[in-house]
Amino acid sequence: MFETDKKLLNDYQRDFPLVPRPYAEIGKSLGISEGEVIEDFTRYIENKTISRIGAVVKPGTIGVSTLAAMKVPQEKLIEIAKIVSSFDEVNHNYEREHSFNLWFVITAPNQTRLNDVLAEIENKTGTTPMSLPMERDFHLDLGFKLKW
Amino acid sequence: MKADVSNIDALDRAIIAATQGGLPLKLRPYDAVGDVVGLSGNEVQARILVMLDSGVMRRIGVVPNHYKLGFNANGMTVWDINDEHISELGQKVGALEFVSHCYHRPRHIPHWPYNMFAMVHGKTREEVKSHAKEISAILGNNVNASDIIYSKRILKKTGLRIAAQ
Repeated sequence: MFETDKKLLNDYQRDFPLVPRPYAEIGKSLGISEGEVIEDFTRYIENKTISRIGAVVKPGTIGVSTLAAMKVPQEKLIEIAKIVSSFDEVNHNYEREHSFNLWFVITAPNQTRLNDVLAEIENKTGTTPMSLPMERDFHLDLGFKLKW
Repeated sequence: MKADVSNIDALDRAIIAATQGGLPLKLRPYDAVGDVVGLSGNEVQARILVMLDSGVMRRIGVVPNHYKLGFNANGMTVWDINDEHISELGQKVGALEFVSHCYHRPRHIPHWPYNMFAMVHGKTREEVKSHAKEISAILGNNVNASDIIYSKRILKKTGLRIAAQ
């Protein structure tokens, strides 16, 4: 990986320039053109090196969410995971190595809808999700120091 | 720094919703967001700055994909900690460089004894285990039980997709 790539990936996780042409400003400090910065970021997003350039918002700012876990038989895992993932409110769904083997995050505009989604998942899968809503967030996400 | 969510209005929410999928990769990205929400680019920048200052937005910038960058052995470490110490200890754990999320969550006795979650990133399971030991050292004898739960497969992962209210 080239030095410029490393800087683009590591140095702009916070304090992204709040100016009319931020990509030009980044280019200026790295000695490349605005177009190259946009091309590079576009490539990182396409090859999934980064998920986006975006805002990390304090949890609970818009909507309510919970982390839910279920114990499902291995042979039914894919089928049940598909049902869970079919809800737009489910934005993360992971298989994990534990007796609670399916873990997902539900985010809804309000608590009523969140409860409805939990109930619908229970109805459709025959398994009760264990809901673990965040009580407190101890981590101020200020980015992740990348090492190569 | 305490985030006061009650201070954000419908336009702030619209800006958050419009940037959830990512800042547009256009010459004037804040103008593009402004076009969506009905503000000028300058107004969008100013509102983002206020939200950053108040803590509603924690940061704006590149969101790396840990998996793609070689951090393949991500482990969700879970801890049963004495309630009276969770606030103080949680903040210490949340400040560790290799921890990307650290939450206090409710126990579900008897199925689930753990009340603190810390997501640990490493390139190998050995690395994750050694990070878990560092956490354990910080927690000392306030830990009653702990586990590391590794992810096996990502079945769905999307950004937030909820409409501004």
